[in-house]
Amino acid sequence: MKLDRRQILLGSAGAAAGLVLPGTAWAQTPASIGTFPDGVTADSVFVGLTIPLTGVFSGDGGDLKLGYELAISEINAGSESAKAWGLQGKGVLGRQIRYKVSDTEGKPNLDVQSATQFIQRDKAIMLAGSVSSASAIALEELGSREKVLYMVGIAGSNDITGKNCQRYGFRSQQNAYMAAKALAPVVAKALGKNMKTAFLVPDYTYGHTVYDSFAKFSKEQGWQQVAKEVVPLGTTDYSSALLNIANSGADVFVNIAFGADAVASTKQAEQFGVLKKMKLVVPNLSSFQDKELGAEIMQGVYGSCDFWWTLSDRYPLAKAFVDAFVAKNKYHPRWGAHIGYMQTYLWALTVERVKSFNPVEVIKAMEASKEQPYETTIGKVYFRAEDHQMVRPIPILRGKAPAEMKGPEDYYEIVDVAEGESVMNPPGLFGCKLGPYS
Amino acid sequence: MPSWPALASQAFNGLALGSLLALVSSGLTIILGTLGVLNFAHGALFAVGAYAAFVMLQYTQSFLLAIAVGCGFMLVLGFLLERLIIRFFYGRPHEDQILVTYGIGIVLVECVRAVFGGNAQRVPTPSWGQGATQLGFLIYPTYRLQLIAIIATLLVGLYLVLYRTSMGLVVRAGIENPGMVGILGINLRRTFLLVFAIGVVAVGLAGMLYAPVVAVTPDMGANFMAQSFVVIVLGGLGSFPGAVVGGLIAGEIVSLTSAFNSSYSEVMLYALMALLLVLRPQGLFGSEGRV
Repeated sequence: MKLDRRQILLGSAGAAAGLVLPGTAWAQTPASIGTFPDGVTADSVFVGLTIPLTGVFSGDGGDLKLGYELAISEINAGSESAKAWGLQGKGVLGRQIRYKVSDTEGKPNLDVQSATQFIQRDKAIMLAGSVSSASAIALEELGSREKVLYMVGIAGSNDITGKNCQRYGFRSQQNAYMAAKALAPVVAKALGKNMKTAFLVPDYTYGHTVYDSFAKFSKEQGWQQVAKEVVPLGTTDYSSALLNIANSGADVFVNIAFGADAVASTKQAEQFGVLKKMKLVVPNLSSFQDKELGAEIMQGVYGSCDFWWTLSDRYPLAKAFVDAFVAKNKYHPRWGAHIGYMQTYLWALTVERVKSFNPVEVIKAMEASKEQPYETTIGKVYFRAEDHQMVRPIPILRGKAPAEMKGPEDYYEIVDVAEGESVMNPPGLFGCKLGPYS
Repeated sequence: MPSWPALASQAFNGLALGSLLALVSSGLTIILGTLGVLNFAHGALFAVGAYAAFVMLQYTQSFLLAIAVGCGFMLVLGFLLERLIIRFFYGRPHEDQILVTYGIGIVLVECVRAVFGGNAQRVPTPSWGQGATQLGFLIYPTYRLQLIAIIATLLVGLYLVLYRTSMGLVVRAGIENPGMVGILGINLRRTFLLVFAIGVVAVGLAGMLYAPVVAVTPDMGANFMAQSFVVIVLGGLGSFPGAVVGGLIAGEIVSLTSAFNSSYSEVMLYALMALLLVLRPQGLFGSEGRV
């Protein structure tokens, strides 16, 4: 830790104030913490991205990566989009963002290994990434231990802003509770009350919390569970679980599997005749599930997600994002890309608000964002101070039939956009206790 | 306690799942049992097979034709791998073979990813395998039913070629004593080449037949490779009949456990493998000593 005379004087002044005002003065922001200020050079800062580019989540990971890269290039260039978000000049506080991407295969141990390297070797001022909730939890813990801000990537488990929440982690994606609370009334209205449900649940934190939340809110709609099949993450053949589901007499098949698992299980469900007998509901749709399975299978499916590209009709920043992304990558962005894009901008915007890369100041400003909400690709949003969950609107989608599609990637109709405040869990419900700032 | 129809359904599913596992493992066991090479590129070759079917299907629009051309492609790939790399490793320790085949696997998977990207590709069920068939109280996907028959035929064919012709004999003798086999005037090089390529075609074919069922992604082979190892350990390393029986047992274990609680199905599989390793380390059909 490098200290100059000014900081020592400031520190002793703080200590003196602490003697006078016990309990309040130590909330002062430390002048040096984590990789700050070492990671801030005169002209650049480093951001470490831990993303699964191989494995079950590689599709979502690839999309997520392109989202970060688009935001970083726009911010570095001081583009019109960056100005529209409210950023000044080129870069963040005049510093260019340097970044590296590490392929973490969706394995939490590799996430931690790469992120540690980013912190120690590259002095990363911010970490971002993850597709799996298990990875996000590991990275949040690392960020809080090392005092480096971590902007959560794709991760839907309640635990991330619940029992595993951390002072240094912020999530923009809706949690399982919010998604289920927003989705259940819409599907119950569309498919009917008093339905019988069969669940396919991947056996990790994401699967279990999404199941808990959707089971709770669908029950409130009069739905009754008749089967629950828990399967390991990365299962290739779902036949034995699907056989039980096919014979369960359910009306609705709730498939919680994510990524390539969602594709394999849905494809096999179709072959088992499950999709003929039952309506498909996917609490959190995977990024490329539409394209990978095709509209023939995905038509009529109900699900929620972080972002769908036709939201560009409603929000100017979404239009700028979708247009720029399509121009650069030749396909329409999925919500993976959107999370990467939005989280990068939110961090940059907060840094410019507080005029410092000091993570403690950035965290405090994000926690205070209810008073000064961010104008984003999904309208006005803010992070909740109590658990760092973003309060945000949630799009509910319905898969279009091939004949309804107006273009090759027009897979979904947005049937509803649930208002954020109305679907939030009470802050303490999942046992969140944010740790100390320093 | 699940009902009898539920148990019977799962027992039947175990047979279907087991036959698929047997086919997936057959390529691994052919190369191990005859050439003595533990092929860690097995999973990657499975994925390459699935992608071969995907590409050929775009051009031919016929599943059978796609498989035929795909097999030709796998045969050529097998020839190339053997000639350029594997043949230098027959006499080397298992560790070297594992390292080189593992490396081949990584290169193959990354080549697939570079060409096709990370997203799952769509390989539709062939027109003759669409829909589900009612079998008494059980509804089962038609394609999977057909696969049982196709796989049974393929496995019998492979067995006859490898173990009931002079080729299999030559290979096994050649591994034991290449000098003597050479003195007898037999071209060992060509036989090894052919057997390796047959092993590659077998695993590639498994990938092609499985492509309409699973998510076709570059990394799809990783799990199948793990399962294949369980199957050949159960059946006995390098034993072809062992791989078939091991596959069927693995299928039944996974399926019947699911009748009670699907979350335990894989655990039970590994538990059985551990138990067998303690009680009969050479596997059901394996012999003690070298493989």
